Amino acid sequence: MGNFKDNATPERVPFWLDPKKRAILFQFITFCMLGLLAYYLVSNVLINLQKQKIATGFGFLRKEASFEIGESLISYSAASTYGRALLVGVLNTIKVAFIGVVITILLGTIIGVARLSTNWLVSKLATLYVEVMQDIPVLLQLFFWYAIFYETLPSPQQALNPGAGIYMSNRGVAFTIPEAHPAYKYMLLTFLVGCLIVYVIRRWARKRQERTGQLFPTFRVGIAILFGLPFITWLAFGTPLKMDAPKLVGFNFEGGVMVSPEFIALLMGLILYTAAFVAEVVRAGIQSVSKGQREAAMSIGLRPTFVLNLVILPQALRVIVPPLTSQMLNLTKNSSLAVAIGYPDFVSVANTTMNQTGQSIEGVALIMAVYLFFSLSTSAFMNWYNKRVALVER
Amino acid sequence: MEQAAQTEELRPPITDVGLIGWVKTRLFNGVFNSILTLVTLFFLWKVVPPVFRWAFIDSAWYTSGQACRQAAGACWSIISNNYRFMLFGFYPYDQQWRPLAAMLILFGLLVYSRNRDHWKKPLAYGWISGLFFMGLLMKGGILGLKPVESTQWGGLPLTLLLAVFGLTAAYPLGVILALGRRSKMQGVKVLCVLYIELIRGVPLISLLFMSAIIFPLFLPEGVTFNKILRAQVAIILFTAAYIAEVVRGGLQAMSRGQYEAAESLGLSYTLTMRLVILPQALKIVIPPTVSILISAFKDTSLVVIIALFDLLKTTQSVLSNPEWMGFSKEAYVFVAILYFLGCFSMSNYSRKLERELSKGN
Repeated sequence: MGNFKDNATPERVPFWLDPKKRAILFQFITFCMLGLLAYYLVSNVLINLQKQKIATGFGFLRKEASFEIGESLISYSAASTYGRALLVGVLNTIKVAFIGVVITILLGTIIGVARLSTNWLVSKLATLYVEVMQDIPVLLQLFFWYAIFYETLPSPQQALNPGAGIYMSNRGVAFTIPEAHPAYKYMLLTFLVGCLIVYVIRRWARKRQERTGQLFPTFRVGIAILFGLPFITWLAFGTPLKMDAPKLVGFNFEGGVMVSPEFIALLMGLILYTAAFVAEVVRAGIQSVSKGQREAAMSIGLRPTFVLNLVILPQALRVIVPPLTSQMLNLTKNSSLAVAIGYPDFVSVANTTMNQTGQSIEGVALIMAVYLFFSLSTSAFMNWYNKRVALVER
Repeated sequence: MEQAAQTEELRPPITDVGLIGWVKTRLFNGVFNSILTLVTLFFLWKVVPPVFRWAFIDSAWYTSGQACRQAAGACWSIISNNYRFMLFGFYPYDQQWRPLAAMLILFGLLVYSRNRDHWKKPLAYGWISGLFFMGLLMKGGILGLKPVESTQWGGLPLTLLLAVFGLTAAYPLGVILALGRRSKMQGVKVLCVLYIELIRGVPLISLLFMSAIIFPLFLPEGVTFNKILRAQVAIILFTAAYIAEVVRGGLQAMSRGQYEAAESLGLSYTLTMRLVILPQALKIVIPPTVSILISAFKDTSLVVIIALFDLLKTTQSVLSNPEWMGFSKEAYVFVAILYFLGCFSMSNYSRKLERELSKGN
């Protein structure tokens, strides 16, 4: 009978052999050690800062920056605050990242498709491009393009003129743009309205197709609306044609739009480097759709555009989107290398701020926070997109 | 019979086989491809001959900087005159055989490790003693070698040092982080997830700034670390987060049966991981690990920004010399070729490994 009792109340297990208690103890020790380490580091920092007489906190953001920034999307002068200078930096980072992402996706897709081309010459050239560009550090590529600009191109007086209204010199590239006219504002407005109309038409066409099976040429009508509406507006304003061409005044160009060599070098380096990775992603995505899918779609009599739009792309995109997202994030993070060639992106402005104020902890914290925000918001958006794409699957 | 013999003798038309057939099927199958081929050929004809002329025919190879400016083509003299400084930085000129020997040991070890049959315990000992010996060669101070301060290290050895030590130290850390991320202990898991996502969300350059500017503030007064070590720590912390994600992929690919089998044998967590899970998981992720090695190697170039004299920085300081100013293209092409050779051989090896491993399964 005694045995029976022993089985009912199991013998007490020492706490270091009980996985649950052991886990709690282990985590407790881990957190204690981390806490102690943090306490030690923070106290050191406080002592060091006191000795160097550096104030902590973000109060410096409201002080006058007193340095110039070469290019800015918002009005900025040396009399503006550090906070505004940093905002200029963030906007410059967003500018280069946005343009970079759009062109990279286009170029990467073209190269990725070219790698799979049946044309031997084209596919070999694309392979060569991918191999070479992937294996050279992006920073070195930035330096290279920047050097091409300031060493190879002539001064503004002897600027190259590859096409009408474009001047290339070591001060940058000057473009001719249409002279400011109220018509352009309304054209943009009508374009946005057009987008809305196309969206509504698309929804209606899909509903009608589900109901009646009738197809509506959404794509052609959409293109007509998107480009037609602004064109009509342009005609209504009496076809303003006056151009604002860059003219050589003294040592530099005036008028038109001037794009700095730093910006172009940064953009070129980032695009050409990242496009090689995007090409690989696109190639893998296309190859992931088996041949049978295309053959099956064709055998049930779908038109080639439908084969691509309804069968191949939805499946390929599901494979492509996640790695593509991480490449786009890489491009954004790599844009921080702008500091090495002097484009005033966020890191570069923050670096100048740190040097002037000595607020290095706050500066690096801001850099990290801004890039974390970019990463987290991009991955949140892409998760939402992934979910949408995944829902197509039955 | 006669007819059959005749048909047998008929050979495929000359336009379908051999060179012509190849050109026809690979370059001119269809209107679009034909146009594409012609456009590409035109483009190549416009680009390749001038570049070839610039690089090989009009170029200067062993001249002074002054003579170089007369040449119409590339000025490779910048490399033939300065390669010692580009490769070894400020390392004492008469001692430069030491970093060279260290690099040769490294290359020897790498080449020997290429063969998977050599992946045994002695190889690990070989690597440990090799790395130790390399450090000894660089630092000196004993065995009659003149001591060389690490502030004088530079060029290619520094680049390789940052990459190799960065990866060797980051690998175990990354494995621990990956295990932590899949741990059942919520506290540990949260810590590891926070660390991995935080590091992967920020650019390496912010960590390098941290190591260069902020890290000294974290230390009590009088304690200093040298700059190379601090940058090395930043690279290790950065790379570890990426390795952790790769290893996590391998761990997730393990079937539940493996864990259950190990548990039913009565193995503890440590033994399960060491004997059952990790050996399989790490084997799966060898190819992506190599690609992390490649990007770690490329990323070492970022230390330029915190003014360490790696390969890129020594090149730039040659370019700031008035005699060689303006020959950036040539110098950067040279550095790019070095990086390319390193990365290309690694990625080639990873592809070979992938083939071998998939054959094995």
